[in-house]
Amino acid sequence: MAAVCFMMTLVLYIVATVSFFSYSLRRSEALSKVSLGITVGGFVFHTIALAIRMLGASSSTPPSFSEALSFLSWMIILVFLVVEFRHRIYVLGSFMVPLALVSLVSAAALPESVPTLQPVLKTLWFHVTLSMLGTVGFTVAFVAGVMYLIQDRLLKSKQFNVLYSKLPALDFLDHLNQQSIVLGFPLLTLGIVTGAISANFSRGSYVSWNPEQTWALVTWVFYFVVLLGRLTVGWRAKRAAYLTVIGFAGVILTLVGVVLKGHSALS
Amino acid sequence: MHLIVVGLSHKTAPVEIRERLAVPESRLGEALTRLSSYSGIKEGILLSTCNRVEVYSVVDDVDTGYGRIQEFLADTHLSLSSEQLTPHLYWHTGDRAIAHLFRVAASLDSMIIGESQILGQLKDAFEVALAHKTTGVIMNKVVKKAISVAKRVRTETKIAEMAVSVSYAAVELAKKIFSNLDEKTVLLVGAGEMAKLAARHLIAHGVEHVRITTRTPQHAVDLAAKFGGTAVPFDQFKDDMASADIVLVSTGASHYLVGAEDVHRAVRERMNRPMFLIDISVPRNIDPAVRHVDNAFLFDIDDLKHRVEQNRAERVQEAEKAERMVLEEVATILEWMKSLEVTPTIVALRNRVDDIKRAEVEKVLGRLGHLSQQDRELVEGLASSIVNKLIHRTMITLKTEVNSSSGPAFVEAARRFFHLDRPAPASRQTEECADLPRYLSDRSDSVETEEPDQQPSMRKQAQ
Repeated sequence: MAAVCFMMTLVLYIVATVSFFSYSLRRSEALSKVSLGITVGGFVFHTIALAIRMLGASSSTPPSFSEALSFLSWMIILVFLVVEFRHRIYVLGSFMVPLALVSLVSAAALPESVPTLQPVLKTLWFHVTLSMLGTVGFTVAFVAGVMYLIQDRLLKSKQFNVLYSKLPALDFLDHLNQQSIVLGFPLLTLGIVTGAISANFSRGSYVSWNPEQTWALVTWVFYFVVLLGRLTVGWRAKRAAYLTVIGFAGVILTLVGVVLKGHSALS
Repeated sequence: MHLIVVGLSHKTAPVEIRERLAVPESRLGEALTRLSSYSGIKEGILLSTCNRVEVYSVVDDVDTGYGRIQEFLADTHLSLSSEQLTPHLYWHTGDRAIAHLFRVAASLDSMIIGESQILGQLKDAFEVALAHKTTGVIMNKVVKKAISVAKRVRTETKIAEMAVSVSYAAVELAKKIFSNLDEKTVLLVGAGEMAKLAARHLIAHGVEHVRITTRTPQHAVDLAAKFGGTAVPFDQFKDDMASADIVLVSTGASHYLVGAEDVHRAVRERMNRPMFLIDISVPRNIDPAVRHVDNAFLFDIDDLKHRVEQNRAERVQEAEKAERMVLEEVATILEWMKSLEVTPTIVALRNRVDDIKRAEVEKVLGRLGHLSQQDRELVEGLASSIVNKLIHRTMITLKTEVNSSSGPAFVEAARRFFHLDRPAPASRQTEECADLPRYLSDRSDSVETEEPDQQPSMRKQAQ
């Protein structure tokens, strides 16, 4: 049942991605509603799939990384839908839904056996959830950054095309970028702390400088500087957009680090 | 009962005629009263704007109606004779009159397609007519429908979204940089007509603080008073630029007043908050090199004009969509108007009661199998006579009231009292109503929602 729902979600998100892409390039307004409807449909299936998994799993089984990515995808869509229904920026879907899809495809492609951490501990659930919520924050910041840079480019080059008319105002995107980091940063901080505690229980040391931990710390420092720069010396607008796009690479590398660690642990 | 329109607009009459014919708001009521005093005019509404003067009216006879309204229009202004007026007038009746009203309301007939004023003007005209009781069932329904069609066109097409004037294009661009213009500051450097107009648009869209500088200090002070803003000395405006989110430059200077370095400094002072610079001076007053400054967005007069051209082209496309909507809506209102005709109503009423009578008689006779043929006829006769007596007065009233001003109201009432717009009971619907026009059997469905398979025929009707 869960597998069927999961497959349905995957299919619907693929269709929604295609639909949202064509929406961003065409003048049709009807397509926005269709794309949004498909996304909501996928989201419902995904919610059911996750709920079945949650009910089936006991708190003593460690969450697999595949499940964590699936959760990440679910959260991205949830945040998208919330922003969408508040601000009606359909074109956001052209950026967010593909990211959720990538996350979901990764979840499907990874073997179930890649664990987040070997030991069986309740703190692990906190670690995974908080880190993933933090990742959602940075994902939204990344999307806002990309959209900002596109709109900035279009305005500067005076290309008033379809995308220009669909993208929201620059200061809205800048604000969205800031809010996402402000929310994502403390979550990542807590995610790292709980991760370190879990690691201490299982390995006896808080930090072992594996790729996952290294990248997580690098990312943390990076966003800390970005946030500080914004609040003190005015790293906003275009610079903030660039920085968050770069910072997202750190987030991705951290996630890759988790997979690598999982593989080495298995072998 | 016919709906007609007689009038002239910017398309048919020069401004000299339009301005003489236009009826000021204060005299609208008086004019309407005069209009309704003409014989044969049952309902009327007078739409008078700077671009059009039109009379929409419900009349007994189309040709007499045309004549009366023409007389009425010629009489509104003493110095206008009928001969001067006639070449500029247009006449429409029935579906074409309705379509015309819908197109006017939706701003498809406006000088600037998609402008929003006309809808407000139509609403005002309607209110005056309501206040003077010169409208009735038909006009009320049609004008309300026109208003809702206009709103539908507005929400479902982008016709009104796009700026088609240079000064308004500035607002549109500003909104792509600042999502909310509230509490934003605009700095006017020099104050040409276009700059003042753009400033007015910006203020109308929420810009709160206006700072003005001109070469003549007194001029700036005067303008500041007019806009509720602050005057800034001309030699200091560059230092003031950092406080402005929007800088609007339009001076007669023959050189660049604002250089890239000035803007760069301002943006730095603003901690990289974006800045929107508009240069509508020719020759340009802001160094084009400013576009290399991050977070500063410079647009000159050509950029704005280019944007306007693009929007015009898009509006034409959107207008086509709107025209299709108008046709659909005209079809629905025509259906409704047809239902107000007396003859079909009487036929429907007759059929309705006969249905009921037959059903009841069959039911009773089924149980009274022992009756002789004579008795059966008696029972049937009894039913017929009750039914006929019951509807007799209604029929008479409908026939006598048909020519009074409240005729349509009676028809509407009869249709409701006898449920004439509901489909007949399911079992007999197909056989009994097959020969009736569709609007009699299921009007309530077809008026509110257009089923896709009905549309082609509706369009045909509307055209």
